[in-house]
Amino acid sequence: MSIWEYANPKKFMQTSAWALPWVAGLAAVSLGVGLVWGFFLTPDDYKQGSTVKIIFLHVPSAMMAINAWVMMLVASLIWLIRRHHVSALAAKAAAPVGLTFTAIALVTGAFWGQPMWGTWWAWDPRLTAFLILALFYLGYIALWEAVENPDTAADLTAVLCMVGSVFAVLSRYAVKFWNQGLHQDSTIMKVGEKDPIAPAYYLPLIVCIAGFVLLFVALVLARTRTEIRARRLQALLARERLA
Amino acid sequence: MMSLLVRDLRLAFRAGGGFGLGLAFFLLVAVLVPLGVGPEGSTLAKIAPGILWVGALLACLLSLDRIFALDFEDGSLDLLATSPIPMEGVVAVKALAHWLVTGLALTLVSPVLGVLMNLPPAGFFWLVASLLAGTPALSVIGAFGAALTVGVKRGGLLLSLLVLPLYVPTLIFGAEVVKRGAQGAEVGTPLLLLAGITAGSVALLPFAAAAAIRVNLR
Repeated sequence: MSIWEYANPKKFMQTSAWALPWVAGLAAVSLGVGLVWGFFLTPDDYKQGSTVKIIFLHVPSAMMAINAWVMMLVASLIWLIRRHHVSALAAKAAAPVGLTFTAIALVTGAFWGQPMWGTWWAWDPRLTAFLILALFYLGYIALWEAVENPDTAADLTAVLCMVGSVFAVLSRYAVKFWNQGLHQDSTIMKVGEKDPIAPAYYLPLIVCIAGFVLLFVALVLARTRTEIRARRLQALLARERLA
Repeated sequence: MMSLLVRDLRLAFRAGGGFGLGLAFFLLVAVLVPLGVGPEGSTLAKIAPGILWVGALLACLLSLDRIFALDFEDGSLDLLATSPIPMEGVVAVKALAHWLVTGLALTLVSPVLGVLMNLPPAGFFWLVASLLAGTPALSVIGAFGAALTVGVKRGGLLLSLLVLPLYVPTLIFGAEVVKRGAQGAEVGTPLLLLAGITAGSVALLPFAAAAAIRVNLR
């Protein structure tokens, strides 16, 4: 029993058919609980008022926007090294989901920034890095769409994903050159501080993060299944044309 | 390899466009921006480093699709792939040729445009130095983007979309060098980082670009 068994599309389809409803259901439950808890059952912040509740959408989507790219990088490497088609299709399936998370993070951040910073947008290092990440996602998706041969497209996008990862990290540190920026540092993982976030916010936030992770897994599974079916359909059509 | 370089240079000079296009675009930017912004010296001096670097970057971007597309269409790229030079070498030579006709040329004319943009005197040396250190990275990254999109018909827009985010670090550090140089501040850190990006790109990206071309020729 090794993980490479799931590189077999048939095995992947069987397992994912069984797992998808569970993952999707869990995602729905934890997102429902986390968001309702976060939006309606937490107190307003003494300074930020009710806008503090944007954190329950903003932080998880920003985390998953980055994690989605990392997952694409791993899947691309697996495709380049071991040539498992499911891996390439999973990377392709993850890209639009990651782009959507990036967009959610940017938009919710703008909604929070307008009353708090007095501006929708600032050329702050974190904001700029996210805009660049969105550009990387767009380029990646566009390259998949533009190349007709699916194997060629998988190879090219995998190379782009590797090179893009290096430059995305470079950009993240390059933009820090301007100034320290408006955006506060991450407080969730702050070491050595007891309760960096008040528990009233911390617990629903963790539930929301778990919900976003599950949502990402569910969406990628569903989209990968669609891609595999589309590939099978193409094979069938090609066979029919030959016959 | 030498003959490939000479051939590419000859094509760039003779076939009209390739060579002059980037330079003309760079010149246009430096002439149009003051017309649009207004002739105020202090404003121009403030935005000069950024505008000059953005102009150089876009001028580089203009001629990228010529690196491989024409050779791909008329089949010379297949011949090059079967030639004794490794594909990595072909990519490196073609990027070098692109740099000689755009990056180096832009660097050489940049002081003149610096005058048009009212760049402070202290900035001229650093403008040339930063372009000299940074434009090779633009050419190599561009060659990588061109290699990815060589099989795509009318891939110009796609090429720009792919290459633009890759250009971000180079642009930031390059413009930062000129800005600090113009203010008389310390330029060591951004200049070293810029040179580091160029060195890393020149060393590694030909391999990625060659892999992409092999995939496209498959």
